[in-house]
Amino acid sequence: MTTRIGVVTFPGSLDDADALRAVRIAGGEPVKLWHRDTDLRQVDAVVLPGGFSYGDYLRCGAIARFSPVMGTVIEQARAGMPVLGICNGFQVLCESHLLPGALTRNDHLHFVCRDQRLTVENADTAWTRDYRAGQEITVPLKNGEGGYVADERTLDELEAEGRVVVRYLDGNPNGSRRDIAGITNAAGNVVGLMPHPEHAVETLTGPTTEGLPFFTSVLKQLVNA
Amino acid sequence: MARVVVDVMLKPEILDPQGQAVQRALPRLGFEGIKDVRQGKRFELDVEGPVDDAALARVREMAETFLANTVIEDFTVRVEAAGAQEGAPA
Repeated sequence: MTTRIGVVTFPGSLDDADALRAVRIAGGEPVKLWHRDTDLRQVDAVVLPGGFSYGDYLRCGAIARFSPVMGTVIEQARAGMPVLGICNGFQVLCESHLLPGALTRNDHLHFVCRDQRLTVENADTAWTRDYRAGQEITVPLKNGEGGYVADERTLDELEAEGRVVVRYLDGNPNGSRRDIAGITNAAGNVVGLMPHPEHAVETLTGPTTEGLPFFTSVLKQLVNA
Repeated sequence: MARVVVDVMLKPEILDPQGQAVQRALPRLGFEGIKDVRQGKRFELDVEGPVDDAALARVREMAETFLANTVIEDFTVRVEAAGAQEGAPA
């Protein structure tokens, strides 16, 4: 039986097709979910893709967080279902309080779009098991509000508990505190990151295929569960 | 109908690059003497019925859960003086 990975489309999502494609290339069964669905159609994990849900009105991800689908996603995530939020998806996870902190306007005010080097710091989450800790990867990054902020106590806690999943290498693109590019919850099933692993799964269109392990990791996690 | 204003500002410790960009532009335009600028959001809510304690409590709840992200933002709620903008107060 193949593993079903749902990808939610919100009004304004734009990387949902890429995320579905990454799931397929990784060997999973991609399942399209609509933001008004409350039934997750028996998926084993969910990806919240990048884009501009609701045009980023109010704050990035603030309105999407109240979409009907998020009620079920939040409930299932708390029960242990793997959830990956990429870029706007990361913002939605922070707005949902599934992950601590928030994302703010890039410190230089410019939209960044570049291939970004990262270190995988935590290879023990549902979404990073196919990496090894300390591994350096390159995946695309594109955001205008990608600066990760949290109070010092939360940042210390994240560091102490090894919950920083990926960190920026070769320069911080957006002013994120402590070069944080992605974090996980305490249980390790919810991961959010600003860079886009789903755009680095094929050599034809990506700078590398080093984003693919995010998607293969969760498949193994679910098979072994 | 009464108007309730919710002002949302980034917390003082959160970097406000937009405010800084505005602050840097001011001297170029000949406006000297501004040491700092913080930029926020203002919501004007026209509330049906009386703005009593219960209505204000609802607005505060709305601000806390939705209009502001209290991880990074502070907010204030106030009732705008009746009749300031239009006709007689209800």
